[in-house]
Amino acid sequence: MARSSTDPLTLSAAIARPARRLRQAADWAWAAGALLLLAGLSVALGTVPIPPGMLIRALVAALFPGPLSAGVPETLTTILYQIRLPHTALIALTGMALAGSGAAYQGLFRNPLADPYIIGVASGAGLGAVVAMALHWPTSLLGTAAIPLAAFVGAMVTVGAVVQIARVSHAMPATTLILAGVGIGSFMSAATSLILMTSSDQLHRAIGWMLGGFSLGGWKPVLASLPYLVVGLSLLSLLGGPLNVLQFGDEQALQLGLDVERVKLVVVVVASLVAATAVAFSGIIGFVGLVVPHIGRLLWGTDYRRLIPLAVLGGGAALLAADILARTLLAPRVIPVGIVTAILGAPFFLWLLRRAKGLRHW
Amino acid sequence: MLRLTRATFGYGGRPILQGVSLQVRPGELVAVVGPNGVGKSTLVKACCGLLKTAPGAVTIDGQDVSKMRPRDRGRGVAVIPQAASLPEAFPAMDVVVLGRTPYHGWLGRESGQDRTIAWRAMERTSTTHLAERTIGELSGGEQQRVLIARALAQAARVLLLDEPTAHLDLRFQDEVLRLVRSLATEERLAVLLTLHDLNLVGRFADRVILLSNGSICKQGVPSEVLTPAVLAPVYGIEIHVTRHPIHGTPLVLA
Repeated sequence: MARSSTDPLTLSAAIARPARRLRQAADWAWAAGALLLLAGLSVALGTVPIPPGMLIRALVAALFPGPLSAGVPETLTTILYQIRLPHTALIALTGMALAGSGAAYQGLFRNPLADPYIIGVASGAGLGAVVAMALHWPTSLLGTAAIPLAAFVGAMVTVGAVVQIARVSHAMPATTLILAGVGIGSFMSAATSLILMTSSDQLHRAIGWMLGGFSLGGWKPVLASLPYLVVGLSLLSLLGGPLNVLQFGDEQALQLGLDVERVKLVVVVVASLVAATAVAFSGIIGFVGLVVPHIGRLLWGTDYRRLIPLAVLGGGAALLAADILARTLLAPRVIPVGIVTAILGAPFFLWLLRRAKGLRHW
Repeated sequence: MLRLTRATFGYGGRPILQGVSLQVRPGELVAVVGPNGVGKSTLVKACCGLLKTAPGAVTIDGQDVSKMRPRDRGRGVAVIPQAASLPEAFPAMDVVVLGRTPYHGWLGRESGQDRTIAWRAMERTSTTHLAERTIGELSGGEQQRVLIARALAQAARVLLLDEPTAHLDLRFQDEVLRLVRSLATEERLAVLLTLHDLNLVGRFADRVILLSNGSICKQGVPSEVLTPAVLAPVYGIEIHVTRHPIHGTPLVLA
């Protein structure tokens, strides 16, 4: 066999990969650009549309009061800062959390159909949150942290049960994962409904929340979820390297010197925390965590070090787009955003299911 | 150096192989042979710490494999599994760079040095021209050479290969084994591999370990082990051994 000669040019090209770097930088620009554009659109649209020029002036005016603020009505500033911006921020954060955790679950289970909604984690988190509300935990000493923490416990219990049931010897086939997720998710949803039905009126607003409406207003949910999501999503983005190694299967990952069990535990805990936080503050929204990482894989490749952070940006953009549709399609009525994502996402899921055998990009 | 001392191992408490003692020294290529289901792959798994063994039963350069952290194990022994599952969309070079996994922490990123080491490993296995192709579109022989490059990037002193020539045609079988042979000799690796084809064993191995009925039945140089008297009772058929017309190595015929 001929040994190839050492060509310093090829070596440096292989190490630096300039063309690939340029393409990758463009990916980031696209994803971030889409997120910003849709965030702007989301803020501008509503019962009182805000023209772009006025929007920019109002944003600047509130930060730097001066000559620019002259023509900006005070009501507009109030609408912008008290209603529109927190709503847009919560939608974007929720989309980011769902897509980030979805991508992580897919890498962890080596399964293209994993998603917080499909594997039942969202229902488990929902049950945890509703139990916390029914017991009036938010007013007790845990304060605002009670609901996300209860949702996290619900999510962890669900994911633990699903993994136990779905595992066939060492592998986890897509079919058993989905069936286990559907089974346990249905149980969790039924328990949630039962609690809601037998509880006081106060919980009725939780029903709207269950459908993925953003009934909580203001900055409170944004600020309450922010620490969990910043920490969780940063960690998931950093765990892309070990997730890449896991794509070769547990045995090879072990042979490559990866502490497989510990990596899996950390990923499942962090992804579930992120998904539970999204559910706790925004309700159960399906398919974002499935569709966005998939499109991400087609557009940006399968390297989890890039896929997770890009899916986070893309998830924010996707849920903002779904929310804009939810608010404008039947305006002035607002459709719960979970219905929009299900109507758009479920057919995509079924299409994936049909061609799951031949997923060449997986 | 890889050393097994009266090692007993199997799955779920049921021993597959018992009292296995062997050693593979640097620069040596040792082939494990035996009938189907005798436990060749199990032996490979035990050597890299995937199976529980008694303390001290399996050591690499004197270190107990069962007590090593995953990272140290990854630095000590590299494995090319049989029918390795490969995520198809990974570029070949990215696969090879993963050989550097035991050298950084979880959150560690590959460095330019890691990529240089990976590139050198690909040069060694003549796969640099495949660097940007995805692993899924490569032929079986090319995939095997990429995996060997990944093992080289691991920079382990012990290399284990489980049926590296399975599903390869004659040319690729020859190519892969010649590569492994030269790695053992030139890089001073201790190589243990399992093989079905006894003629390849005769040509490439320094020593042969014949497994039968849950233990080592015979080990020695190919001319000692590859004889009708030794092989016939193990395989349960009549066996003829002649000489390869060019290499002069044993040629085993049923």
